Amino acid sequence: MLKFIAKRLGISLAILVLGSLLLYVLVINSGDPLEDLRESNDPNRENRIRQRIENMGLNQPWYERYWDWLTGASKCLVGQCDLGTAVNGQSVNALVATAAASTLRLVVIASLAAIVIGVALGIITAIRQYSGFDYGVTLMAFMFFSLPVFWLGVLLKHYAAIEFNNWIVDAEFSWAVILGIAAVLAIVLQAAMGGDLKRRGITAGAMFGGVVAILFYFDMVTWFRHPALGIPVYILSVIGVAVLVIVMTSGFHNHRVRNAVAATAVVAIIGYVATRGFLMQGGSILLLLLLLVVAIGVAVAAGQLLGGFSRRQATFASIITSVLASLLAMADLLLSNWSQYLSEQPRPIPTIGSATPNYESTFWMMTIDALTHLVLPTVALMLISVASYTRYTRASMLDVLNQDYIRTARSKGISERKVITRHALRNSLIPLATIVAFDFAGLIGGAVITETVFGWQGMGNLFRTGLAAVDPAPVMAFYLVTGTAAVIMNMLADIAYAILDPRIAR
Amino acid sequence: MTNTNDPAELDEVHEADYEIESMPDETSTTDKSYSQGQLVLRRFFRHRGAMVSLTILVFITLLAFTSIGFGPIPGWWGKNHIDLYPIVEVAGAPTLTLWPFSLGEHPFGQTTIGKDYFALVMLGTQNSLAIAFTVGLAATLIGTFIGATAGYFRGLSEAFLMRVTDLFIIIPTLVLAAVLGRMAGNVGGIFALAGMLALVSWTGLARLVRGEVLSLREREFVAAARAVGTSPWRIIVRHILPNALGTIIVNATLLISSAILVETALSYLGFGVRPPNTSLGLLISENQNALSTRPWLFWWPGVFIVGIALVVNFIGDGLRDAFDPRQQMD
Repeated sequence: MLKFIAKRLGISLAILVLGSLLLYVLVINSGDPLEDLRESNDPNRENRIRQRIENMGLNQPWYERYWDWLTGASKCLVGQCDLGTAVNGQSVNALVATAAASTLRLVVIASLAAIVIGVALGIITAIRQYSGFDYGVTLMAFMFFSLPVFWLGVLLKHYAAIEFNNWIVDAEFSWAVILGIAAVLAIVLQAAMGGDLKRRGITAGAMFGGVVAILFYFDMVTWFRHPALGIPVYILSVIGVAVLVIVMTSGFHNHRVRNAVAATAVVAIIGYVATRGFLMQGGSILLLLLLLVVAIGVAVAAGQLLGGFSRRQATFASIITSVLASLLAMADLLLSNWSQYLSEQPRPIPTIGSATPNYESTFWMMTIDALTHLVLPTVALMLISVASYTRYTRASMLDVLNQDYIRTARSKGISERKVITRHALRNSLIPLATIVAFDFAGLIGGAVITETVFGWQGMGNLFRTGLAAVDPAPVMAFYLVTGTAAVIMNMLADIAYAILDPRIAR
Repeated sequence: MTNTNDPAELDEVHEADYEIESMPDETSTTDKSYSQGQLVLRRFFRHRGAMVSLTILVFITLLAFTSIGFGPIPGWWGKNHIDLYPIVEVAGAPTLTLWPFSLGEHPFGQTTIGKDYFALVMLGTQNSLAIAFTVGLAATLIGTFIGATAGYFRGLSEAFLMRVTDLFIIIPTLVLAAVLGRMAGNVGGIFALAGMLALVSWTGLARLVRGEVLSLREREFVAAARAVGTSPWRIIVRHILPNALGTIIVNATLLISSAILVETALSYLGFGVRPPNTSLGLLISENQNALSTRPWLFWWPGVFIVGIALVVNFIGDGLRDAFDPRQQMD
């Protein structure tokens, strides 16, 4: 396994260096870096041209320029990066530091969301093959495949952001809207759940009634301006999550897994109730990460202590429960701060930038600010990936469901839930591991466009302005960051592949 | 994807299957027998989504190329994309009405300075289509050649293909395309851009062809051909590639639809088609702030991009179903 990882890593690093050579040569030959000066009427023109030639090293042969860049960039390995200077004299290091964070945040969140949504949709469509739900999702996938990201981005800016900001002032639904939303959700849910006509009818009816009631309640208390889960709803949600996890992994009869998950859930609830007041005062990313680590630690302990012979499964299920409970806690904290955020930013969904400029406030306000800036670019970036993940998962799941061992499992009398979760799901996820790597590269390409549409000062912007000015330093910095991220993603995908399918590592 | 819902059609499909199975039994049937190619064509022509899409694609292509003419050949639409016309409606709104149908003076409206937007959109569609089909053809040829060589001879060409694939994981296609597109902008012409795009889009197809060839080269008919002394290239061209045709054709269509999106994205970023020439992406880029004041300037090119990409994807889906014999058994 270690040898396998080392080999893959070695190849990836070699490719990274080779790719940098290729990109460098292409970029410096892609146009005339002095174009804007040649066309200017500045009396000082000759002087400025000479200065720029001096600054960018245009009088050196290409291999010396590349070597200069490579030696500077390779110092990153010892923590002393020197990525050169941009054409206007700014240090690229400083530019990258701010840009990389916002772009990677965007791309990582978009790809995680796309994987979760896409895989879930793919599995449901495969199980309900040739149903109305399947056709609907397939049609949507085709639509998303064919949408240009920049066009979608502009539409989202106009319709989602501006319309939402107008709506949130009163946050009132009309009856038609409530009924419409409830009807759509009911139709979608009954199509996804399947079953005979009676069951579908019950599902749709329950969903319709529930959504109407909830929306009516939200409307009455203007929940969308003062939202919160509150402790009681949090407790109920965590219990719900725990039940769901148990059903999805082992079922209730395995009391070891059941006890481990239940213990994790109880600790999560007590922990959150105890720390909520403290966390509302303020927090930091470090503190939250620490709490997440503690939560996972508790889960591992619960799994190991109570797991018995199904220790592995108990630990796995407990970790999932604790992570989901932590996310729920995070959501509750964010929602509780939403009304204050609204009073500070009356039009909450922005269309430009990755953060409100010069905005100083508490940690939670800043987090909400960053998240509201993320929403639209993430959606724009995500939809296309969701489409491809849905299609790939569906194909792969169908392939697995037609295998002999699935028939064997069914004929043994194992419940359909177990057949799907334990026998089919894992095997159908194997081919996806390779797609993740390709898709990540695609998302970074997409981020260049999305950042342009939404005016982010991210890596994509660095790349675009650098390339427009035939300035290799920012373009190479973009390459270095995204390329390294892609290598890491690829590495993780390879390791996941090797774990899921041990034959690969040999 | 939309055809199997209809029970009548399912019956037809099973009949078709039955015909295949009953072919060797010559005494019991007078049915016509079909070659593999004919079967694929029949299945494709029965795919309703694909046929509708094909009709729309042909319509859009004819509209784009006949209306404003292509190169020196004049078209039937009297206006061009360069001249300024007096503004007819308020703010140059579209004169197109669907009921009763009439085109009016400027069916897609006018730009802020009075250019005829129909002519501009048609020129953009022409360019996008020309680039997409050139990229599709060129990338298919490159990808098939490299994929077949890598799969059949293994060795050096396979290592090359795999490393280039790794490279494309690290440098996103769009990024490389942008750099090459900026270069092509200096050379000029949309076909330079198309050539550059083809250089970055062949890898996916090459990998698929390689996989297909890897399994086909172990089959008996290849062994037989080799045993009688057929040259490797003849084996590849006459025996292996016809069997991989399904994969190649389906992915060629998908290449075309992704080429349209990449080209429009590059033009939007400013590294693709440059003014005074235009493309659908460039039109959107120039008019993205007009969405609230002059929405038609934003909507028309977008509708054409989505339309073309969507129908090409549907055609690809129809072809995939047509080439896949297992598709009918479910």
